[in-house]
Amino acid sequence: MTITMTNVIVALCYLIFAPLVGGLLAGLDRKVSARMQGRRGPSIWQPFYDVRKLFNKQAIKINDVQDFLVICFLFFIIFTGLIFFVGGDLLLTFFALTLAGIFLVMAAGSANSPYSMMGAQREIMQMMTYEPMVLIPAVGFYMVTGSFYVSDIISSPISCIAFLPGIFFGFLYILTIKFRKSPFDLSTSHHAHQEMVKGISTEMSGNILGFYEIAHWYENVFLLGVVGLFIVNSHWLSYVVAVVVCILTYLFETLIDNSFPRVKWQHMFGWTWAVTLIFGISNLLILFFIH
Amino acid sequence: MSKLKRSPWIIHYDGSSCNGCDIEVLASLTPLYDAERFGVINTGNPKHADIFLVTGGINAQNESVVRQIYEQMPKPKVVVAVGICAYNGGIFKDCYNILGGVDKVIPVDIYVPGCAARPQAIIDGIIQATELLEQKQMEYERTEKHQKKGSDNT
Repeated sequence: MTITMTNVIVALCYLIFAPLVGGLLAGLDRKVSARMQGRRGPSIWQPFYDVRKLFNKQAIKINDVQDFLVICFLFFIIFTGLIFFVGGDLLLTFFALTLAGIFLVMAAGSANSPYSMMGAQREIMQMMTYEPMVLIPAVGFYMVTGSFYVSDIISSPISCIAFLPGIFFGFLYILTIKFRKSPFDLSTSHHAHQEMVKGISTEMSGNILGFYEIAHWYENVFLLGVVGLFIVNSHWLSYVVAVVVCILTYLFETLIDNSFPRVKWQHMFGWTWAVTLIFGISNLLILFFIH
Repeated sequence: MSKLKRSPWIIHYDGSSCNGCDIEVLASLTPLYDAERFGVINTGNPKHADIFLVTGGINAQNESVVRQIYEQMPKPKVVVAVGICAYNGGIFKDCYNILGGVDKVIPVDIYVPGCAARPQAIIDGIIQATELLEQKQMEYERTEKHQKKGSDNT
């Protein structure tokens, strides 16, 4: 892949607008959740107010490495999205995403707090649960288009979802884990109260918590980008459809979040792997026999 | 522009309250009063909190807990004592184990009256606390700069 002017512009747009879009989506989530519960809810800009506040608060340093690890988490999340949006290798993207996740687990595990440690352990459990279904789409895209490169996948004549409906469903299923939505928000929740305080982010404060929030915005935008990749084809209209599908997906996740109670990790693991097997693997097998 | 005012995150601690005020604190978050429209989040985590909401008086057992929560909160922070018991022990004032109001242990900034305090009063207390947070933030920035200058000179 060569670096062109378009790539640089797309990369810059991603760096600047992804946190904006991610923050607005988080605000939309809180607003829609509030309306679903019959409340007025905070302003749609609330996540930005929150992060602004965090950068103006004292950051309590608990050890020498946590700050560094959280910043690594942010860096690799940005890196993940960057490769994806400039049309890079999908496999590299997903490996970078996993690496970012590992940095987050290490950041939480470095703290001496039992809540933070439990959050780290549960996050590993979640990674074990969703990881197969993160890799299967990459294989699926390769089987349909013959390339792992996002730039090749988006120039295919027919949207990949036509061949990968099962994988699309499976990916939607694990998005609930990645977005930290109930019923699968075990390691930490974006809602206030949880049985183990705040899990992963318990020991983060001030600007470090701010960086963590921003990383989450970047991550959400990247994940919705993968959702969009199922829809996008060589026709320009497909981009509009992809954006609509992404917004609907996010609202659907908000609905799921408000409809289900948190489950135990055994259930999360069992159900997700069942969905992975039934929808993900069988979709791959059918593709294998048809092609 | 305000830096802290629009995002007050709260930690709520029940001292030796009768639970009346605690029910009202939670009622503030229900759809009828919806404190979240001001950005209020009930975090339950001192390291994320800006406002410390204490209900009930201080007794021999929770004295250290209240002090510890207060010390774990990052600066700037505001303490709101909710209800008459948090002010001076209220109806439990003469009990053998009650030390008194919250201000016996930590500095209290705002007192919310009532037995039990009404949700409207609690939300009013929180909004006043957000104004105070702004002020404290400016003071905090000033002392930080002062300390930095001091360390640069030495």
